[in-house]
Amino acid sequence: MRSIDIVLRCVSTSGFVLMLVLLDSLSATTDTRRSTYDDMSRDIRAMQDDDMANPASLWVNDGAALWSQPAGAAQMSCADCHGDAATSMKGVAARYPVFDAARGKPVGLEARINHCRKTRQQAPAFAPESRDLLALTAFVGRQSRGLPITTGDDPRLAPFVEAGRMIFERRQGQLNLSCAICHDHNAGKRLASALIPQAHPTGYPIYRLEWQSLGSLARRLRNCMAGMRAAPYATGSDEIVALELFLMARARGMATETPAVRP
Amino acid sequence: MRTIPATRRDVLTGATALGAATLLRLETAQATPASLEAAIRDVVGEAPLKEGRVKLAIPPLVENGNTVPLDVEVDSLMTAADHVRTIHVFNEKNPQPNVISVKLGPRAGRARFTTRFRLADTQTVVAVAELSDGTFHTARANVIVTIAACVEELG
Amino acid sequence: MARPIINVPAKARRGQVIEIKTLVSHVMETGYRHTETGERVPRDIITEFVCVYNDEEIFRATLSPAVAANPFITFHTLATESGKLTFRWTGDNGFSETGTATIEVE
Repeated sequence: MRSIDIVLRCVSTSGFVLMLVLLDSLSATTDTRRSTYDDMSRDIRAMQDDDMANPASLWVNDGAALWSQPAGAAQMSCADCHGDAATSMKGVAARYPVFDAARGKPVGLEARINHCRKTRQQAPAFAPESRDLLALTAFVGRQSRGLPITTGDDPRLAPFVEAGRMIFERRQGQLNLSCAICHDHNAGKRLASALIPQAHPTGYPIYRLEWQSLGSLARRLRNCMAGMRAAPYATGSDEIVALELFLMARARGMATETPAVRP
Repeated sequence: MRTIPATRRDVLTGATALGAATLLRLETAQATPASLEAAIRDVVGEAPLKEGRVKLAIPPLVENGNTVPLDVEVDSLMTAADHVRTIHVFNEKNPQPNVISVKLGPRAGRARFTTRFRLADTQTVVAVAELSDGTFHTARANVIVTIAACVEELG
Repeated sequence: MARPIINVPAKARRGQVIEIKTLVSHVMETGYRHTETGERVPRDIITEFVCVYNDEEIFRATLSPAVAANPFITFHTLATESGKLTFRWTGDNGFSETGTATIEVE
């Protein structure tokens, strides 16, 4: 990121004194990153802010029930190992995807939940985008609401963040577009009458009014790729995880909004 | 179990209070598709519609027509002698003119409800309230629905 | 799963007007949509919502396909006596969902 110089002119009793103050571009005053929340209408923001009005609460409540429900051959619940999610899951979703040392690559929250299901609970994995998987992901994510995103802190993730950046900037599909053409170079402008966001995935899984349902970041990315007339990467594929990682890493420091509401 | 005694026909046989200054007959109201007018007539019959006591709050511009906040409040004391019996909400351009109808009574304390509804296009929304004295009161709102860019095909 | 979310004040003064908020899980399929292959998706909506406060019906709503998915309805009532509020949503394909809340009136 570029640093910018800001000149402050101060008046003293003895005369004019010029002071040059160099501000770091990472400080709050110069952070130009925006969450889509900042540009949504008041009504949609209100829907997100009030748990009672946020339709995603239906999934969060389901997730809370699943959390303490014994499952699989092991008849274990998430709570049997992790205890009270309000404590144990605080800040967890805000750092995903994380580096999985056993597999030598990053793993998303959905895959981590399914890994627990298979190995600890000895239960079949939840299908991608299934109600139960979204519910648990939303419930775990809710425990990080308001906390800063920390994804990408682990240096072992660096090459994967870079791989995600390359996918983000690569032209693909019949329209010959890259993610960056819209979300970096034309963010803030409009496509039809919809605002083009900066692509900071601060609130997934989101309740998208377009979907009339909760959905994952992978669903949103695949939705975007279909719009670009490109063949969407499979949910959970290395490419999707790299993209998720890159996007979350560049939202590092922004507040977690899960479960967000988006138009 | 008691239910709220409020049917349209009960009301239609009641008094038709005429406040000439605020009187609005459907014939002179703004042009609306026949289905909207028919749906309103099905509730009010030939009774006049008055403006002023119904507050219909909808965002004037919505980013997605799938989930539009709707807030209707009727100025009423909500006493046994003077209360709102029903509130109906209609739309102009959805496939069906009806959105929602609610039954209240003096027991409500306050004649207000909110929900979220769908708007297929930029259009007019109409709320009609039926009071215990047999009068009908109305409010309209115009809503602009912007066009979504990235819609997901129905699988 | 997907139980309704109901918000009723736990305590109220007698005669106080209280706000009740409800959120229920339902697709509210309009019956007007078609799949990519052109088949019509059949209507599947909640058609009726009723709230009963100690055996007295206090609110009823008739819903159309224009009501958004996962219906959210808020309304008011007078807190008259301590007791139970029962909420029932019914609709197409035999859909029926209930929820309850208790209130203490002083």
